[in-house]
Amino acid sequence: MANATTGAPVVQNPTAREEAVVFSARGLSKVYRMGEVEVHALRGVDLQLFRGELVVFLGPSGSGKSTLLNILGGLDVPSSGEVRFLDHDLLSANEKELTRYRREHVGFVFQSYNLIPSLTALENVALVTEIATRPMAPIEALRMVGLADRLHHFPAQLSGGEQQRVAIARAVAKRPDALLCDEPTGALDFETGIIVLKALDFVNRELGATTAIITHNAGIAAMADRVIRLRSGAIVEITRNARRAAPEEIVW
Amino acid sequence: MSARRMLDRKLLRDLWHLRGQWVGIAAVTACGVAVLVTTRTSYSSLLASRAAYYAEYRFAEVFLTLVRAPEGVAEKIRAVSGVAEVETRIVAPVMLDVPGLSDPASGRLISVPDQQRPSLNDLHLRRGRWVTPGRPDEIIVSEAFAIANRLELGQTIGAILNGRRQALRVVGIAISPEYVYEIHEGGLFPDNRRFGVLWMSRRALASAYDMVGAFNDLSLTLASGASPTEVIAAIDLETRRYGGLGAYARSDQMSARFLNDEIGQNRVSGTVIPAVFLAAAAFLLNVVLGRLVTTEREQIGTLKAFGFSHRTVSGHYLKLALAAITPGALVGIGAGLWLAAQVNARYAEFYRFPTFLFRVDGGAMALALLVTLVAALGGAAGAVRRVLRLQAATAMRAEAPPRFHAGILERLGLARLSLAGRMVARSLVRRPARALLSVLGVALAASILILGRYFIDAMQLMADIQFRHVQREDLTVVFTRPKTVDVRFELERLPGVEVAEPFRLVAARLVAGHRARRVALTGLANGSGLRRVVGRNLRSVEIPREGLLLTDKLAEVLAVGAGDTVMVESLEGRRRSAPAVVAGTVDELLGMSAYLDAGSLRRLLEDGPLATGAYLKVDPAEISVLHARLKLLPGVAAVSSRATAAASFDATLAKSLGLITGILIGFAGTLAVAMTYNTARIALAERGRELASLRVLGFSKKEVAVMLLGEQGVIAAAGIVSGLALGYWFCALLAGLYQWELFRLPFIVSLGTLSFAVSVVLGAAAASGLVIWHRLGRLDLVSVLKSRE
Repeated sequence: MANATTGAPVVQNPTAREEAVVFSARGLSKVYRMGEVEVHALRGVDLQLFRGELVVFLGPSGSGKSTLLNILGGLDVPSSGEVRFLDHDLLSANEKELTRYRREHVGFVFQSYNLIPSLTALENVALVTEIATRPMAPIEALRMVGLADRLHHFPAQLSGGEQQRVAIARAVAKRPDALLCDEPTGALDFETGIIVLKALDFVNRELGATTAIITHNAGIAAMADRVIRLRSGAIVEITRNARRAAPEEIVW
Repeated sequence: MSARRMLDRKLLRDLWHLRGQWVGIAAVTACGVAVLVTTRTSYSSLLASRAAYYAEYRFAEVFLTLVRAPEGVAEKIRAVSGVAEVETRIVAPVMLDVPGLSDPASGRLISVPDQQRPSLNDLHLRRGRWVTPGRPDEIIVSEAFAIANRLELGQTIGAILNGRRQALRVVGIAISPEYVYEIHEGGLFPDNRRFGVLWMSRRALASAYDMVGAFNDLSLTLASGASPTEVIAAIDLETRRYGGLGAYARSDQMSARFLNDEIGQNRVSGTVIPAVFLAAAAFLLNVVLGRLVTTEREQIGTLKAFGFSHRTVSGHYLKLALAAITPGALVGIGAGLWLAAQVNARYAEFYRFPTFLFRVDGGAMALALLVTLVAALGGAAGAVRRVLRLQAATAMRAEAPPRFHAGILERLGLARLSLAGRMVARSLVRRPARALLSVLGVALAASILILGRYFIDAMQLMADIQFRHVQREDLTVVFTRPKTVDVRFELERLPGVEVAEPFRLVAARLVAGHRARRVALTGLANGSGLRRVVGRNLRSVEIPREGLLLTDKLAEVLAVGAGDTVMVESLEGRRRSAPAVVAGTVDELLGMSAYLDAGSLRRLLEDGPLATGAYLKVDPAEISVLHARLKLLPGVAAVSSRATAAASFDATLAKSLGLITGILIGFAGTLAVAMTYNTARIALAERGRELASLRVLGFSKKEVAVMLLGEQGVIAAAGIVSGLALGYWFCALLAGLYQWELFRLPFIVSLGTLSFAVSVVLGAAAASGLVIWHRLGRLDLVSVLKSRE
């Protein structure tokens, strides 16, 4: 892993390699107004993610991990603070610029796959490569996730794990700089979950895209370069694994 | 109990959430019910008002015109078995000089008894008073004529009675069941400015026309159970030697027949169109409820897991259906009654009944409610069946992705389509029934738009054929009694007359086997340039040298064709009967005529070269001078002008069709909007998540809109194309149904109507697309990252 570096927040570790920083956030806060109640989803988060690393965000529901991922992915904007992706200022970007940012730089994997049911596996991937600037061939992306023999199957003809692997192929086919996964194994059983994690691990290593996985499944933390734990909208701990465990070794 | 209340609260929230769609369904239901209630109510009101009018004013059931009969003949007629009441009258054509009207008007003078009110065909006096017995200068005028000419009580109009000029003072304004429609002989539509009915004291009229102790018009009512045919035959026999022109039943009376046809139209349109609207409402309800059940699978599962019975849960969804359709039906009934009142007000003005009854058709109302209920339950049934089939456990699990297959489309070259195109095509093919029904819904809206304008198109075509191709004269002059054809030279000497072409009309009966019809035999000069016989495709037909040319409807009524022989019984002069061969038929749109060459007519009747009138071509610069002269000519009974007839046709058309056409078009527009908006909303609801995930993946709003609205576009386009075809078919159907003896609607769909229908549907689709576009901007992108709730 080329850019496996120390991963403490910037303020704590001023020696971090600046050129390898992909995401940087400072003082990120997000306040939702739910009726008359203010919900502080994030409370002053400082964070850096580096090129090519695989980070697992761990935390119970309500810890703010999803909000953080949404902000990094350009789906939501913080209430205050700074957030940058390379040279893009995600705070001041408008809707159009955010769409463009997601299109060019980010791959998403959803908990519930969200494939287009009327398109085959191959077509689902091709849909995204059509609008990408430097994509890989859709077949290649599906081969990476081990689905070269399921190209012409519709989502309804695939198992949950297979659908999620198609979703991963769809996310990586555009060669994104960042791959953001929200509970990618949340809807899967253990064995299938492992297969999906293997696919994520493989594409992270192959493509070098900064990969963020949010989960409340602590077992997954073992396969990360770094593990960031959140609670009540704040980062409570950042740890670096001495060794990234292979997905096959993970148990939960 | 409180659980039930909770479900009811959920009902209200669902209604609020789906308000756009509910409003659409309710509106479509309201339109369907309103059309049904409006047409049925105005139909039964018209029927009841007519019946009351006819009964109260003792409208006769058999009519007869004769040359002159002594009063004693009436006693013989009274003695005929089957005859109830008999009234004799003197009826005379009269030329009128109306103040403020440059061209001459013609009138029909009718006698009223001096001692008592008419025993038959009584008048309803609107204003003024009855005529003084014996006064030759007092008249009661028909209300339509008075209004059209702004005649007031006490005003005088000039008239030529039996060749003598006389001033007539208006003492009363009245209406009569006999002249609901006032149309002069040979006229097509009422022209109330130039034709009116005048009533005068019997004694006065008798002395003016040398008819003291005699009569020339007879009307009677039938004893209950009497056969009109037998009575007519007996009367004809009795009056033959007094120049009887052949008695006819009320159904052949001009005004009565016109009214009958009008009411018939009402019945036709009152059944076809409401059915279409209600079917559309049922379809919308079906789709919306089906969609709702799909989105609420988990909720339904939860409700069932809590122990709610199948009945409670499905009752909940039936309530939802009724909640949309009940207000729609109520509003529809209210709006229908209101519209019926508007239509009735028009009718009351148009037909001038003494009282226009508002007769709510309770049966129609019940039918509307029943049909609505069936539509609601039918629409909800499918959805409810699915609720019942759901087992709690399956319902609580997220729905599996909908199944798609690479089916027939792939083999038909779908591979060449873009991915977005494939999504559209597969989505349509996956639910072919629904796609077809959506297309049908749009098609129905488009077709009703076409249908709504069909009557106007058809009437305009009829007017165009009549006034531009058939009638090429400027004026038609009718003589008080037949003259020799040399009269043309006299006419051509009048100022401004360029060409005069004499014609001859002879009242006759055509008999073929047991079938017979009273017609006016029209003798036209060979090679007539001013009057032509024209079929519906603007095909001009030559009058054959020998034999009859019949309107195809007349041939159909008589069941004869070219080469067959009919007996022609003249009802005038020497009343000759002679066989004549049908030389051909012509598909005329108006009336039922029998044409023959003037020479051929003369030979048939064995008399001289006579004319009953003439067509004139007039120099427009001199037309007012000519009018002034014609007013004074004693031998002229009536003058009619092509231009004014055309104008009055247009006015009548606008008056009688404007409102109904407006209602239809308004409702069809509502249907188009409701249809396109609902299908688009359903598509958004079903695919919102899929589209939001594409937005997350970096697709722009525009790219996503194409994927969603592409399907709507295909549906709208297919709907428009099939709607045009359906509209054509509806028009052809109506044209087939509107084949009355008085007129037959041609089959026509004008370019204007087509583009109108297309633009309304496109406009509705575009407006719906805009709403969807707006909603796409508000898609919740964050929620798709989560699993389904």
